[in-house]
Amino acid sequence: MSGRGGSRWGTVAWAVGAWAAGLFFFFPVLWMVLTGFKREVDAASNPPTWTFTPVLDGYRQVFDRDITPYLLNSLSASLVSTALVLLLATPAAYALSLRPVGKWRDVLFFFISTKMLPAVAALLPIYLLVRELGMLDNIWTMVVLYTSMNLPLAVWMMRSFLLEVPPALIEAAAVDGAGLGTTIRKVLLPLVAPGVAATALICFIFSWNEFFFAVNLTATNAGTSPIFLVGFISSEGLFLARLCAAATLVSLPVVLAGWFAQKQLVRGLSMGAVK
Amino acid sequence: MTQTIRPAPAPARKRPPPPVRGGARDRLIRRAPLLPALVFAIVVTQIPFLVTIYLSMLSWNALRPGERDFVGLANYADVLTDDRLRAALVNTVVLTASAVVVSVLLGLGLAVLLDRRFPGRGVVRTLLITPFLVMPMAAALLWKHAFYNPAYGLINGIVGGSTDWISSYPMVSVVATLVWQWTPFMMLIILAGLQSQSQETVEAARVDGAGPWQVFTRLTLPHLRPYLELGALLGSIYLVQTFDAVFTITQGGPGTATTNLPYEIYLTTFRKFEYGEAAAAGVVVVIGTIIVATFALRVISGLFRMEDHR
Repeated sequence: MSGRGGSRWGTVAWAVGAWAAGLFFFFPVLWMVLTGFKREVDAASNPPTWTFTPVLDGYRQVFDRDITPYLLNSLSASLVSTALVLLLATPAAYALSLRPVGKWRDVLFFFISTKMLPAVAALLPIYLLVRELGMLDNIWTMVVLYTSMNLPLAVWMMRSFLLEVPPALIEAAAVDGAGLGTTIRKVLLPLVAPGVAATALICFIFSWNEFFFAVNLTATNAGTSPIFLVGFISSEGLFLARLCAAATLVSLPVVLAGWFAQKQLVRGLSMGAVK
Repeated sequence: MTQTIRPAPAPARKRPPPPVRGGARDRLIRRAPLLPALVFAIVVTQIPFLVTIYLSMLSWNALRPGERDFVGLANYADVLTDDRLRAALVNTVVLTASAVVVSVLLGLGLAVLLDRRFPGRGVVRTLLITPFLVMPMAAALLWKHAFYNPAYGLINGIVGGSTDWISSYPMVSVVATLVWQWTPFMMLIILAGLQSQSQETVEAARVDGAGPWQVFTRLTLPHLRPYLELGALLGSIYLVQTFDAVFTITQGGPGTATTNLPYEIYLTTFRKFEYGEAAAAGVVVVIGTIIVATFALRVISGLFRMEDHR
């Protein structure tokens, strides 16, 4: 079906169909962004308001209700856990690909199996343990959990990137007398830098959006952005513009990152299986 | 998050290089980079599971302090005969299966649309992936209030009437939100599959007189099979754990109409404080997952062969 020249009308019809589908899926996002700039009365009107003068009331209210600490908590939990994941996963992926340990296959499947098992089965012991340690509502708890959540993905992804490095290159470096450290710094890192970026992106997305552990283990101190949204679940009165402003705000970092890194997104989401 | 699964025997591969049997020192050097990650994963994911097994044998309700008797397998008997949990299991299967199937089908359709040059293809692709990037919690709230709400939701605003979509069609409301978020994911993976299809084979079939539909069903679909499987598998891994959408849109209701296992166990833990029972339910879920995942791992190891055939 693909690649056929077709008639000019065929191409036009195809373009119209594809654009319609794209706009259909995008529409809820557009509606969210638009509603965030409405006055509350217009946001909740029926029939819906299509034309309006944009106002910043929704955003002002969201900041008045102090969304900033929640955004900062999300940012630090996501960034720190992503850095930790990369620090742990990259050497591990190296030991599972370029210079593999004996049972690399078992280890690889061990990692992925930890990802398959439901978080809910670990919630109670983690909750009790964290409470015992006095670490409830602490951002470091989230950092540790997000690191373990993303570690298997990162190991699989980094491994798939490392396997693309031509072995001859590493051998050549060894022949030239480069030590392991130099080989890693001068040969490997430049080659896998895009892979590291893709892995970091995926880990950031999943930590930023994580809700299950956040809602059960954090409150006001370490609450992340999705926790700010919990207050909207059963809101009464006029709040739709405020809700959409907050929803737009918390989604923005990941949406922008995903837009700019579309190529890496596919590879990352498939854990390196699809290039 | 817990427990180990024995992998299915993985197929022979060309890469990576076979591990060389060296001395003890060499083995240690090879293992050193792996150890921090492995130890971290074992400590954070396996120890909680062992604790869960222990807790599952206690009669422990946090509302009755002091009572923490060892009851053996009694909690398991409760869990396996509990109607709520059985309902939750059925709901989990229905929710996961319908969301995965619908999003794979829609994703396939969109991928086929995008697999042809037309003006603005890059923009349309960008528009299409956006729903997947919206925070799931934000997406759930958006659909609940801005679309499904009977008084000011956009659906009633357009089609008229005053249907309360969430109470009338609770499962459909949750699944529709999930499908909206996951279709782009499926589309991306399937599109990558379409673009890896050899154009020469397609041309050759066309020269032999195959129509577009025949090319699609006889050539394209078989070629896409591993990509469809990968999408379905990864989608299931994430969707079976759905919590945000249920928590936000329906709170598992009305009744237990949309209560899935994660939400039910959450209720048992933090609303009823039945720690022993929640732990037993967790263990049962893990065992169920191991059974499903053993099968899934076999699929994965088959799928990852395709990276070697490039």
